[in-house]
Amino acid sequence: MLILSSITKAFGGLQVLQNINLAIPEQRIFGLIGPNGAGKTTLFNITTGLLAPTSGNIEFFGHSLTGLAPHQIVRLGIARTFQNIRIFKDMSVIENVMVAMVRQARYSALRVLVPPALLGAQCVERSEARSLLARVGLAAKAGILAGSLSYGEQRRLEIARALATRPKFLLLDEPTAGMNGTEKHQLMEDILKMAESGLSLLIIEHDMRFIMGICQEIAVLNFGQLIAQGTPEAIRANPEVVEAYLGNESDGVIMFAK
Amino acid sequence: MEWLETFWATYSTLVLSVGTNVLLALSIYLTLACGLLTVANAAFMGIGAYAAALLSLHGSLPFYLSLTLGALLPAMVAAMLGPPTLRLSGVYLAMATLAFGEIVRITLLNTENLTGGALGLNGIPQYTRWFDVFAIVVGALYVLVRFAGSRIGRTMIAIRQDEVATELMGHNVRAYKLYAFTLGAGLAGLAGGLNAHFTFFISPNEYGFDRGVEILAMGVLGGTGSPWGAVIGGILITLLPELLRSLGDYRPLLNGVILILIILYSPNGIWDLKRLIRSRHPVPVS
Repeated sequence: MLILSSITKAFGGLQVLQNINLAIPEQRIFGLIGPNGAGKTTLFNITTGLLAPTSGNIEFFGHSLTGLAPHQIVRLGIARTFQNIRIFKDMSVIENVMVAMVRQARYSALRVLVPPALLGAQCVERSEARSLLARVGLAAKAGILAGSLSYGEQRRLEIARALATRPKFLLLDEPTAGMNGTEKHQLMEDILKMAESGLSLLIIEHDMRFIMGICQEIAVLNFGQLIAQGTPEAIRANPEVVEAYLGNESDGVIMFAK
Repeated sequence: MEWLETFWATYSTLVLSVGTNVLLALSIYLTLACGLLTVANAAFMGIGAYAAALLSLHGSLPFYLSLTLGALLPAMVAAMLGPPTLRLSGVYLAMATLAFGEIVRITLLNTENLTGGALGLNGIPQYTRWFDVFAIVVGALYVLVRFAGSRIGRTMIAIRQDEVATELMGHNVRAYKLYAFTLGAGLAGLAGGLNAHFTFFISPNEYGFDRGVEILAMGVLGGTGSPWGAVIGGILITLLPELLRSLGDYRPLLNGVILILIILYSPNGIWDLKRLIRSRHPVPVS
């Protein structure tokens, strides 16, 4: 259970998030939508510790995340991907995944100095990394440089890398950006499979067909405020949401009048 | 064996310099590998050299003990200097560490009672023997090569490529940087202690800006992808002036040309030449 209580974020005089209250249940696929600049990624950045909220508190399975460093939050079980892909381009695909295996084979700096121990641990990591890559359909590309993957493949590698931290919650920031129809469909299936295996997902996405198709619940942000929350059907029918995305008639009149 | 004796009589200082310079190159490799541009290593070397030399001169401590303390002191200084300065990156970090280096040099110059000021320290006992240097270089290299091949090395490369992403993979990036900086300072101090105990004489200006840039050149020239790159860089920067001795006044010129060529054609250092050649014949990677 991830609970955000009265989260507010201001950059100087700009109120980016205003009093956000959101409870994200376990083993669900939860969608977060809203027009550009609504504060969705800021909310992700606050949840993962990259930004400190101006006020408010986040609770994750009873732990308060306030004041924790990003790496500590990851170790509690929240992993994420990025809107602008941030894979390690000069490393091989499998090494990208292995970098994120902080919870597995935790051996000390001193044990690294003993050759055989090192080899044993590496094999365990490698095989787990391989199975993670297989889950996102990249097993055949394990050895190539991550930078030479296609855009869609890099997005899937980011997901595999996030999974390598063994998260309870996975935050995906626009996972379908730059993907073609087939890739989107494949990703949809992958996400459903992850949810089945007990992972909770929080997804920011602009592709409405995608988000309506897989989410059980959706929250809508507009200008830093939560304007709606509910099932995809309810969100689709909500007049405020439609207005946030398309504007209302009087807006249109003003625009044309100018 | 006679030729060996003549060789040693002529070149012993050079051989020992290669060893200590390799240590210095390894010390800067540690921070460069994490993407940190620090130029304080010359100062750490100076702290180590003065500490070890003073302990030998006035404390009459056993050589290995003063050498150890000469490595620990700069490491401790780095552990205190690290938290505020390592928040910086890029040229700002370079500036801050450069300033620290000047502070150390000026302090050494002005604490005449202890360090002898500009006159330096004279008559340091020549305890350093070739196998001391050899053993320490091999030991340091072993540790760093092991690190590089493990998840520690992988994390360092990840930090260099994308700090934020590495942090969000659950790594304490700040701690990694501090460890690298501290360990590097210890190695530089060790090099300083070894160096002081065979050159007989040390003075503050040996540990100034020029030395800092020289150490940086070794790291960059060799390449930061592997500790072996640092070894190559350290050896080359030490030997190049000797090999070019016949050129007389043109020596610095050619020295510079060689550096520029390497940086132009193999920006990741000489170590990367191997990869450059290999990439023309793609090999399957398992």
